[in-house]
Amino acid sequence: MTVKITPRAQPLTLAAAVLAAIASQGSEAAAATKEKCYGISMAGQNGCKAGPGTTCAGTSTVDYQGNAWTLVDKGSCLEIELPAMADGSPRQPSLEPLDRDLPA
Amino acid sequence: MSVSQDIFRAALLDAAQPVPEGLLDGQGRAAGRRYNVYRNNVAVSLTEALEVGFPVIRKLIGPENFKHVAGQFLRVAPPTSPLMMFYGSEFPAFLRDFEPLQHLGYLSDVARLELALRQSYHAADAEGIAADALAAVPPEALGALRLELAPAVRIVTSDWPIFDIWRFNTSENAPKPRAEAQDVVVLRDGFDPEPHLLPKGGAAFLTAIGKAAPLECAVDAGGDKFDLTPVLGLLLNTNAIAALHPTGPNHRPNHRPSQGT
Repeated sequence: MTVKITPRAQPLTLAAAVLAAIASQGSEAAAATKEKCYGISMAGQNGCKAGPGTTCAGTSTVDYQGNAWTLVDKGSCLEIELPAMADGSPRQPSLEPLDRDLPA
Repeated sequence: MSVSQDIFRAALLDAAQPVPEGLLDGQGRAAGRRYNVYRNNVAVSLTEALEVGFPVIRKLIGPENFKHVAGQFLRVAPPTSPLMMFYGSEFPAFLRDFEPLQHLGYLSDVARLELALRQSYHAADAEGIAADALAAVPPEALGALRLELAPAVRIVTSDWPIFDIWRFNTSENAPKPRAEAQDVVVLRDGFDPEPHLLPKGGAAFLTAIGKAAPLECAVDAGGDKFDLTPVLGLLLNTNAIAALHPTGPNHRPNHRPSQGT
C-alpha cells in the first residue's frame, strides 16, 4: 500500500461531489415515491416496521393486519380497495397503524 | 416399536441407508414404500428450491448438471431453517470447492450475486432519504456524516465479470461479457432488486459506509481513482440511503483517516 502524503479530501471537494450527486437527481426525484400503507398486507407478506436487524418481515399472520405495512407508490395507499370486514363494514387502508385485523 | 427422529432423519438424506424399521401409516399398518416416497420428495423439493434460487448457475452448467450438483449440495448442507427463501446460502462456497467445476472459476461469484439478489428481495423495506436532506447538511459537516444504507443493499466483489455474465444470461441482446474484474451493488428501489456495476473503488467505499465509517473515511477507502458523485447519485436515485447520521455516536476510531503513517 502506498503512503499518502497529500491532504485528505478537502471539505470543498467532498461538498462539490455531494452537490453534483444531488444535482444529478431529477427535480421530482427529491420527493419520496413510496409511502407506508397499513392494513393491506396479506398474511406473511408485510414489510418490517422495526427495520433492519429484526426478523419481523413476513411475520404478520392475518390478512390485512392493521399494524402491518407494505410500501406502495406515493398517493396510492388510500385508493386500494379491500374486501369488507366479516361484519359487513368496509375495510379501509391507512397511512397510520390500525387497530383492526390484529392477530388473536 | 417407535422410530426416533434421529433414526428417521439419518436415512432421509442418504438413499443408500435402509428404510427405518417400524414405520407405520395413519391406520397403524406398516408404512411400506412411503418412507422412500418422502425421502425422494425431500431431495426433489430442495433441488427445486436451488433451481429457483440460482437460475443463472443452472443456465451456465445446464439443467442436468445442476440437478447433479444440487443433489450433492443438499446432502452436505441441508436446510437449517424451515424458510425455504433462505435456503442455499452455502451454495456459493460449495461451488468454489467443488472439484468437477473448478474450470469455471466464476461460478461461485455468480452464485454469490444470485444469492445477494434473493437476500435483497427478502430484506426489510426502507424509505430512502430525499436528496434535500443531504443538501441540508452543511458542507463542513459532510466529512463526519454517516450514511445508513437500506437493509436491501448488498455488495458483491469479484475478480470475474460477474455483472456481465449475469446480464448476458438474464436479458436478451445483452453484450458479451468483457474480460475484467467487476464489483456489483444490489439495490432495491421498491420491490425488485437490481444489480448495478460499480466503478473502481465503489465496493470499498460502500463496504466502509456499511461499516458506519464517516463519509470522508469511506471516500478515502475508495482510493485515488474513486469518484463519489456517480455512486452517491445512484444511491439517492434508488432510495438506498435509509438515514443520515450527522454526528457519529457509533463512530469507531479505526475509521479515522490515518495521519500519513
